[in-house]
Amino acid sequence: MGLLTRVKLAGRNIVREVMKNKVLFLMLLPVLLYFLIFHYAVMPGAYVAFVDYNLNKGIFGSDFIGLKNFEFLVQNGDLWNITKNTLLYNIVFLALGNIIQIVFAIMLSEISGRWFKKVSQSVILLPNFISMVIVGVFAYNIFNFNSGFINTILAGAGLDRYEFYSDPGIWKYIIVAFKIWAGTGYGMIVYLATITGINHDLYEAAYMDGATTWQRIRYMTLPILKPTFILLLLFGMGGILKGSFDLFYNLIGTNSVLYPQTDIIDTYVFRSLVGQFNFSMGAAVGFYQSLFGLILVLVVNFIVRKIEPDSALF
Amino acid sequence: MEKTTIKQDSGSLIVKGVSYVSITFFALVCLFPFALMISSSFMNEQEIVREGYKLLPKEVSLKAYKMLLGNSTQLLDAYQVTIIITVVGTVLGLFMMSMAGFVLNRKDFKYRNFFSFLIYFTTLFSGGLIPTYILMVKHLHLKDNLFAMILPGVVGAWSIFLMRNFMKAIPDSLYESATIDGAGDFRIYWRIFIPLAVPSLATIGLFSALGFWNEWYNGMLYMDSPDKFPLQYFLQRMVNQTNLGALINSGAVINTADLPTQSIKMATAVLATGPIILLYPFVQRYFVTGLTIGAVKG
Repeated sequence: MGLLTRVKLAGRNIVREVMKNKVLFLMLLPVLLYFLIFHYAVMPGAYVAFVDYNLNKGIFGSDFIGLKNFEFLVQNGDLWNITKNTLLYNIVFLALGNIIQIVFAIMLSEISGRWFKKVSQSVILLPNFISMVIVGVFAYNIFNFNSGFINTILAGAGLDRYEFYSDPGIWKYIIVAFKIWAGTGYGMIVYLATITGINHDLYEAAYMDGATTWQRIRYMTLPILKPTFILLLLFGMGGILKGSFDLFYNLIGTNSVLYPQTDIIDTYVFRSLVGQFNFSMGAAVGFYQSLFGLILVLVVNFIVRKIEPDSALF
Repeated sequence: MEKTTIKQDSGSLIVKGVSYVSITFFALVCLFPFALMISSSFMNEQEIVREGYKLLPKEVSLKAYKMLLGNSTQLLDAYQVTIIITVVGTVLGLFMMSMAGFVLNRKDFKYRNFFSFLIYFTTLFSGGLIPTYILMVKHLHLKDNLFAMILPGVVGAWSIFLMRNFMKAIPDSLYESATIDGAGDFRIYWRIFIPLAVPSLATIGLFSALGFWNEWYNGMLYMDSPDKFPLQYFLQRMVNQTNLGALINSGAVINTADLPTQSIKMATAVLATGPIILLYPFVQRYFVTGLTIGAVKG
């Protein structure tokens, strides 16, 4: 069969299918339009990274300058700095976050008071539901120089006030702390669900055989959590170049003193758009982030498929 | 199982003790910023200037709240904007996503895998912030339009898949018998599927509503007129602003020297958080179910 006939046949099939399932296609249409406009129509726009963007000429009318934008970013060291920051922050978020979530999930599963369990679970989950703007307010409330809570205590004790907002070094820890603070509840419940899914008879049997609590946690709970842990870690790897813009922007804002240690890819792209109107440079960074993100997801998925075929995404 | 006679080993008691202590401690850490924010909002401005924010103020003052509620039309505007985008966005999103989920789960829908992949692929690769900005502003002309805050968050790929997975639990025979009775596809969706899908609609609806309630980013990017700022962006501007007089739209004359600058920031934060904290105990149960559903099969 010739290619042309095949295409014709396929076309006729689609038309027949649409006619047959008119209503179903209509029902799917809004969502399809949404993805076509807000995602697929945007993709060719990534081309702006390769031009010298001129507002009047538009993306495809502007002069093509190839990899010049990327060259500049590499040469001035920005690309390296923000990539390093983004990677390091995300590695810490992933590793430390997951470990703390597992520890809390196990602790919560070991205690028996139902009322205590419910209340503490709700309280720990609470930070997950407020906006990062509020988290920014919290940080201001705690750390600002004139009236922040910590400085209130320091002043009260007769010590010197500490200028948190001009010390880049300390924000690494504050950012990580807030990230853990906000994310523990969610992860804890995911792990807790896995633990409660474990057949209770297994634990009973372990009791009968004289296993201690430590042995039970060490040889039963942890191994059962391992696949979930690996999976979450591997999936997290896919998004490792994507930062938590929300968190960073609301804690750091436009305080450029703190950038050396707190600037990530997303905040950089945002600034090149809003502060400097440097569309092409920002788009170049964004393109680099998307492309490497995609490659990472593909690699990670390949690894997941090797380890646990059932859990692979595709 | 309370009557188990197996003797508890000492390790178990240690584990239990450590667990109770650490969980209590962490729960207090989670609550602390909320408590500090609330108590700071009730503080007297002189005390804040003199000594700083405290957990236990010497004197309780309602001045910041009176000032905010009495003078700020902008706060009311911001509330209005947030409520509009939350309601419109959530309802529109649920309608679109549930229809899509329904169609993508129908086994007689031939191209369901193709369309599923089309949707899934958008989670892997995106054009990025700047092309999106150009599209929204230059081509869709959504600058300063409330839809610029509604549309980007209205539909989520994962939520569609969550809904599709949920529908798998509804037996096909229900659809078949409805078809035999002469019901069309939309009628089946509306009369059979929607009533059965209430739990998943509630879960995804809550998450979606929460996303819109917390919206500030698109507001910052696309809104120009202050009366179109959503609540959280209004709050953010207020916290970063040293000159609050500019933000507080006064009907009456305000003595700016008398303005409770510091407590008013916290009072605004309380008012922006308030509704969520108040609703939280009621919806928390749904969230937990939602989180677990989402985790078991994303």
